[in-house]
Amino acid sequence: MTDVLVPSITPAPPIALAPSITPAAQVAGAMKGFAQEIGALSAFRMESCIHCGICAEACHYYIATEDPQYTPIWKIEPFKQAYKREQSALAPLYRLFGFKREVTADQLAHWQHLLFDSCNMCGRCSLICPMGIDIAALIEQSRHAMFEAGLAPKELYDKAAHQLATGQPEASAEPYRDQLLAIGVKFNVAVPMDEPDVDIMLCVPRTDIEHYPTAVAALASVMQHLECSCTFRSDGLVAENYGYYAGGKDWQRDISLRLIDQAIACHAKILLIPECGHAYTALRWEAADLYGKALPFKVLSVTEFLGEELKAGRLKLKESTQGTATFHDPCQLVRKGGVNEAPRELMKAMKVDLHELENHGGFSFCCGGGGGVLDIEQAKPLRYRTVEVKLREIDATGAQTLVTSCSDCRRTFDDAQAHFSWDKRPQSLLELVASNLLDSKLAETGAAP
Amino acid sequence: MDLLSFSRGVGLKVAMAIFCLGVVWRIFGFALLKIRRDYNKPRESILKYSIGGLMTTMARSWPHREFIGRTGPGEALGYSYHLGLFAVVLLYTPHILFLGSLVGVTWPGLPSSLITIIAVLTLTLFLAVLFRRVTNPVMRMLSNFDDYFSWFVTMLVLVTGLAATAHVGAPYETLLAVHILSVDLLLIWFPFGKLMHAFYIMPSRAINGALLARKGATS
Repeated sequence: MTDVLVPSITPAPPIALAPSITPAAQVAGAMKGFAQEIGALSAFRMESCIHCGICAEACHYYIATEDPQYTPIWKIEPFKQAYKREQSALAPLYRLFGFKREVTADQLAHWQHLLFDSCNMCGRCSLICPMGIDIAALIEQSRHAMFEAGLAPKELYDKAAHQLATGQPEASAEPYRDQLLAIGVKFNVAVPMDEPDVDIMLCVPRTDIEHYPTAVAALASVMQHLECSCTFRSDGLVAENYGYYAGGKDWQRDISLRLIDQAIACHAKILLIPECGHAYTALRWEAADLYGKALPFKVLSVTEFLGEELKAGRLKLKESTQGTATFHDPCQLVRKGGVNEAPRELMKAMKVDLHELENHGGFSFCCGGGGGVLDIEQAKPLRYRTVEVKLREIDATGAQTLVTSCSDCRRTFDDAQAHFSWDKRPQSLLELVASNLLDSKLAETGAAP
Repeated sequence: MDLLSFSRGVGLKVAMAIFCLGVVWRIFGFALLKIRRDYNKPRESILKYSIGGLMTTMARSWPHREFIGRTGPGEALGYSYHLGLFAVVLLYTPHILFLGSLVGVTWPGLPSSLITIIAVLTLTLFLAVLFRRVTNPVMRMLSNFDDYFSWFVTMLVLVTGLAATAHVGAPYETLLAVHILSVDLLLIWFPFGKLMHAFYIMPSRAINGALLARKGATS
């Protein structure tokens, strides 16, 4: 890896969404948002912290910078302060003796950097806490409060607003539906669209549509190989949920509802989440809560789906010519989502010579791009500094290639490759599977990795 | 009423009352808040994720292999002084007799000389803990009055206990009275600060561990 002088990581001034929001209204919004989040579990988590600071040692932002402000539990400090002052059992005493001051707008503005630019909600900190606190869950709740305060980063807010209104996080020259169909034509693979009655509903990361059309083709190719009854739906194509990234809980619900409604409309038994870690978290582990009842279908990541198909003998793979490879575990899929075995079973079936990272599986370091960080311009210098931790670890394996199963991770590594002139390009596990199907159409068209 | 009678009579009773009421108040303060139902289908059965929660209570007592290089010394320091405290509180014969009078059972203790050595070592570790808290940038940033006062009241019990055992500085009755008063102070402070983690640690590990295990996630 080439060493590059990393610029100062002093954050740019925070981006307030609406200049008309006064500081007092920001604080009121944040407090209201946070009060809505506080339940017995989150209060217990905040009560339990013993200020040991061990969580810093799990966080790639702290490890890369040694800057104490990146200590994970510190990232929720204003909200811990607000809880103790306003809602805890000892709140009257805290106020009487002035032990906990009121949260200020300046404080919240600074915490925008800590909650959005320097946290991927990867959850590694939640594994190290000796009190067992799920710090990542508290950070997600704090993001909700920041959204209510009008302090979600502009890039995430704008994309969330666009996705809420149109189904796409950004405008595109051609609608995503047409782009998907064009990918099918280009790679000579069937892209089922708007079928009325299927077993599986598919969706796609907009990252893949815009950056990795081969991954879209790979998904279609694998489904064709498995002879699945499946479809994309024009009105529910995008897997990512920018409401989740931005912290807008109502927006997250409405964006999820778009997919839920479409899955119900086509009578799907499975909603298949493509290679996108945060989409998996939003739909597999949060959507039903926002929906208010259990979902009438299963939510599976494509990686675990392929793992199940492999186990059932329906997915037939040939030996890969991949050479040595290492695998980056996407945090949301593996650490927080429990999809640990499937990627390794798939690589084993293709006889990939896997060189595990020093920190792998549930303990893997985040790529640094998740949680919307990849989209935040002012987070870039810090992100590059942080990803170096990961790149060094990858280089240390001696593996020739890097495989992963999340488009955002892939894009983060691609971006790092360009920035550092790194000698590796990340590959998609799904594409690797598609190119090693016994009847791989992708391999025939030359689109496979 | 002399100081000793006060410290182990009215003083102790008041301290115990504040301790018990305070602990209940503190726990009810969050336990009565709303509990959200999780509608997302679990990956694991309730039996499996309950076991996952129980496993986490034990697993978090020892750092994961991936973290031990960075956290080993700090955790060793933390657990060592806790073990020292447990030994001094629970295995010193006069303490066993006192606790036995409250709970109705007694158990074998360690020789007084060994307890004294453990107490001195624990005291040394306590000083090291304070040094670490004020010199480590992360801990210094996170620390507040609660951290330092909780350290102080616990340390005070240890110091006055050692002084009473060694009979130094004042008549034994006075030293014992001061020691028991320091215990009264600790009991009174207990529900107001971080010492409450003694009640929280196992449920916190178990609940969060079970919730992660519910998803099949790493815990």
